[in-house]
Amino acid sequence: MSTTIHDFLIPAGEAAKRTGPADKIVLSSRVRLARNLRQFPFPGTGKKGDRLKVLDVLRPAVEGLPQMAERFSDTLENLSPMDKQILVERHLVSREHAAKGAGSGLVLNREETLCVMINEEDHLRMQSLRPGLQLREAWHSLDKVDSALEGTLDFAFSFDLGYLTACPTNLGTGIRVSAMLHLPGLVLSEQINQIIQAVNKLGLAVRGLYGEGTEALGNVFQVSNQMTLGETEGDIVERINKVLAQLIDHEENARGSLLEKKPSMLFNHIGRAYGIVANAHCISSKETMNLLSLMRLGVDMGLFPGVQRSLVDELFITTQPAHLQLGLSEKLSAEERDLARADMLRERLKLVQRPTRSASNGGGAEKASKT
Amino acid sequence: MLCNVCKENEATVHLTQMIEGKIKKVDLCETCSKSKGVDDPTGFSLADLLLGLSAAQEAELPTAGPGLACPQCGHTQADFKKSGRLGCPRCYEVFREGLEGLLKSMHKGTKHVGKVPLMLQENRTMKERLKSLQGKLEAAVSREDFESAAILRDEIKQTHDRLESTPVTQPEGS
Repeated sequence: MSTTIHDFLIPAGEAAKRTGPADKIVLSSRVRLARNLRQFPFPGTGKKGDRLKVLDVLRPAVEGLPQMAERFSDTLENLSPMDKQILVERHLVSREHAAKGAGSGLVLNREETLCVMINEEDHLRMQSLRPGLQLREAWHSLDKVDSALEGTLDFAFSFDLGYLTACPTNLGTGIRVSAMLHLPGLVLSEQINQIIQAVNKLGLAVRGLYGEGTEALGNVFQVSNQMTLGETEGDIVERINKVLAQLIDHEENARGSLLEKKPSMLFNHIGRAYGIVANAHCISSKETMNLLSLMRLGVDMGLFPGVQRSLVDELFITTQPAHLQLGLSEKLSAEERDLARADMLRERLKLVQRPTRSASNGGGAEKASKT
Repeated sequence: MLCNVCKENEATVHLTQMIEGKIKKVDLCETCSKSKGVDDPTGFSLADLLLGLSAAQEAELPTAGPGLACPQCGHTQADFKKSGRLGCPRCYEVFREGLEGLLKSMHKGTKHVGKVPLMLQENRTMKERLKSLQGKLEAAVSREDFESAAILRDEIKQTHDRLESTPVTQPEGS
């Protein structure tokens, strides 16, 4: 197969146009199942030979799924560091998986809704991905994939403990249900810490943009279940759905009350974000994400008439280091990237007018109140 | 007070959080609190930290001692304590006793109630059927109802053959 991952992936501009329920706040939904083969040690313990054997068994089985008729499939050793970073930036593989080499693999379907990692922490990590809030759909389609695979593969399973996984935190159902949320309203109104604590109390984890141990760049938070044993998959999905519905409400309310009670503060943040992101000559990817988040909020609130949310979402993807490097022939240093990023942002945002207080109110209202 | 994580430096960061109605406390030193992301509230989940900690603490408890090793993969109690990972599916039987408390602290229950692979489910149903048929057969024989016994014997044979033809290795702990 000569297709490179860059040729295969849906272009960022198109990927950003995908829509789903509640996608103003819920960027994406994901369900992941962990499975292992009974006869082999887990990837972390096994020798390279064991991992290669597991890959030889699993790769054809996954490729044979009808859902994978049109696919990208490769071993991790065949992917360059750039390829891997691109996959991480698209949230298709974990950072842990990207660090793997020989004996690990990746199979991805055409629609980018089904992505299977082979020999990550477990032999199989299957993920079902959907834009917006679609956890049930994601679970049902992954359940089908799992059922198809169990016909030919001997999964490690006990009636008592369920599916056996390398880490006891995944034992039982092996399921991780998660949603990526954009919560600038809760951050600006300084309610986010309380909310995170409340969600933690319900047995759910709140993490940053790239999962475990990462910071919440761009006001993006990932909410997922912690417990996998003693509860059915369906119950876990419904429990998270309920919490997400509340989080969406809280975020909407936070935005509403900011607009009502602290409009100057809100417009100040959004106006300054636009000012910098559209006019900077040197900007880091971290600052870019935090500012684009505020621009996205502005778009959602109608402060940028005529601007589509997908423009901001596309820039979210294309301003990240590996994506930025992608279109350029020579390898840039981090500093050179900050210059190139700013160039791209100025170019892409040159037709975007500065934010107005309301669509009918024209300009002039964005004068920030000094305190 | 020493840091709960490195157990070397003086703890200067003290955290309290309610998890599932129980108050959990963690004391950390400056370095560990930074490395765990405690100073950045957005990226930090006390639950993660507690789970990680209790994993280490519980792992010391098991009766069999640190020398216990899995006959299948060679993973030892010490390996588990260090990595928080098991070595192979068999490890779950070997380290079962020591895991019980840990599983209780990190999960909703300690018994799987979710999906079961279809073939195992059918396999289990057939085994249960076989058992009940054998009981009926014994009863029929003891009351000298040989007509029913003959029918039951045929049914047992059929069920048995179907079980034999299913290429499933029955998991332990069933």
